[in-house]
Amino acid sequence: MPILKVTDLHVYYGSIHAVKGVSFEVNQGEIVTLIGANGAGKSTVLNTISGLLHQRSGTVEFDGKDLKGVAPHKVIRHGLAQVPEGRRVFLQMTVQENLEMGAYTRPGGEIAGSIAGVYERFPRLKERRTQVAGTLSGGEQQMLAMGRALMSKPKLLMLDEPSMGLAPILVEQIFDIIRELHRSGTTILLVEQNAQAALAIADRAYVLETGNITLSGTGAELMESDSVRKAYLGG
Amino acid sequence: MSILSNLINGISLGSVYAIIALGYTMVYGIAKMLNFAHGDVIMVGAYVSFFAVGSFGLPPVVGLLLSVAVCTVLGIVIEGLAYRPLRQAPSLAVLITAIGVSYFLQNSALLLWKSDTKIFPNFFAYTDAAGETHNSISLFGGQLTVTYVAIFTVVICIIIMLGLTWFTGRTKLGKAMRACSEDKGAAQLMGINVNRTISMTFAIGSALAGVAAVLLCSAYQTLTPTTGSMPGIKAFTAAVFGGIGSIPGAFLGGILLGVIETFAKVFNTQISDAVVFAVLIIILLVKPSGLLGKTSREKV
Repeated sequence: MPILKVTDLHVYYGSIHAVKGVSFEVNQGEIVTLIGANGAGKSTVLNTISGLLHQRSGTVEFDGKDLKGVAPHKVIRHGLAQVPEGRRVFLQMTVQENLEMGAYTRPGGEIAGSIAGVYERFPRLKERRTQVAGTLSGGEQQMLAMGRALMSKPKLLMLDEPSMGLAPILVEQIFDIIRELHRSGTTILLVEQNAQAALAIADRAYVLETGNITLSGTGAELMESDSVRKAYLGG
Repeated sequence: MSILSNLINGISLGSVYAIIALGYTMVYGIAKMLNFAHGDVIMVGAYVSFFAVGSFGLPPVVGLLLSVAVCTVLGIVIEGLAYRPLRQAPSLAVLITAIGVSYFLQNSALLLWKSDTKIFPNFFAYTDAAGETHNSISLFGGQLTVTYVAIFTVVICIIIMLGLTWFTGRTKLGKAMRACSEDKGAAQLMGINVNRTISMTFAIGSALAGVAAVLLCSAYQTLTPTTGSMPGIKAFTAAVFGGIGSIPGAFLGGILLGVIETFAKVFNTQISDAVVFAVLIIILLVKPSGLLGKTSREKV
């Protein structure tokens, strides 16, 4: 049974039809990627799932519940965490405070243990725990954004363009971390422009083009597909 | 000795400005709006405590608590009715609405309590067994008198400033407020209820207005429906002067503005307000983000 099931989703920005009947699903324990060019509607889909945007029609079912009408600040309580595009860590708050915010919905007693867990996974963050996030490098900020999302103990982690703006060596590092998170049991929905890296780690993938899903299959299948290779993998 | 006396008066006046400015700056920092009705909330609090103590003979402490309670509720109601529906509206619409709320409160007060000046009782004075009223202490053999209200104002202001610093730095709600002030969308993804957080911010800012009401009116002892508007605007100036959005900035800006105004009054009463606003203009020209304001920087 899928943990996330999106059915015939339509989203508008004013009169612009940004997402035109998108359907896909993510199963427990999977890592699924949504790839596509800039402006294809990938982030719009994620932001609609997390309640920051509202669909005109279609449904988002998470863990058996319809998320329609659930306020954005309540979505995380259902076990759905999002690492937003551009990281959006709280730049004027310390690393530790950012992590505390990630655990906002959890009882105070459990937080220290989770923070220790994040520091174990990201030793760099531990070194910098009293620094404000604005002083971190892009890669460190991405780690912080991921650590912050993990603080809520999500059933599904949604990552929006985690490789954006990072040097190739850091992109590799971030993808290693995603693979590692997956291995330790986190279900992941990954949105990426970097199709190569995303397909390499994904169980299944969907290609989004101007608001429609045009292709789907396993990561390996899409990697071999001619149209994907031409459009996203540079021939 | 007169310099010292003026300095003390200036710091005391500045402390009132600082308490009001802290309300402005909290609301601006989190809701990103200027609540121009903030000064008029002070006026409402002043009338409440005036009637509680002056008409019903309740103890001053009760008058203060009633002022704080009414202002807190008023702040939450104003935010919920007037500002919340405009959350997605352009900031100009919110600004106009805030000015509208300000005039609404002033004119409601005019209707309810008339325009005549009420003599506000000094809450920081007591009458001894001999029937003599004491409202100040004498220092240096009577060369320097400092009123109780001045002392209380400064002490209360420092307590409030430290309290707010602790609150925003250490408590869960305070940290959530800072998160909302930076990025409301990301704050929502964390599970923070942004509307509730903004409402709490108005509650805190307005509670401070309730405190300022009693301190201000105890010092000047007059009360009319426009009592809050000038201190409100000056406190706004102080908040901008110190760096709007910054808690220590509001404190510093308030104190400095009070001192500048008091010394300007010594030289010429007529132009003291002109001096105050000239300071605002100069500061904005030289350092647009204010004394302790952060220059906003974006990192992608």
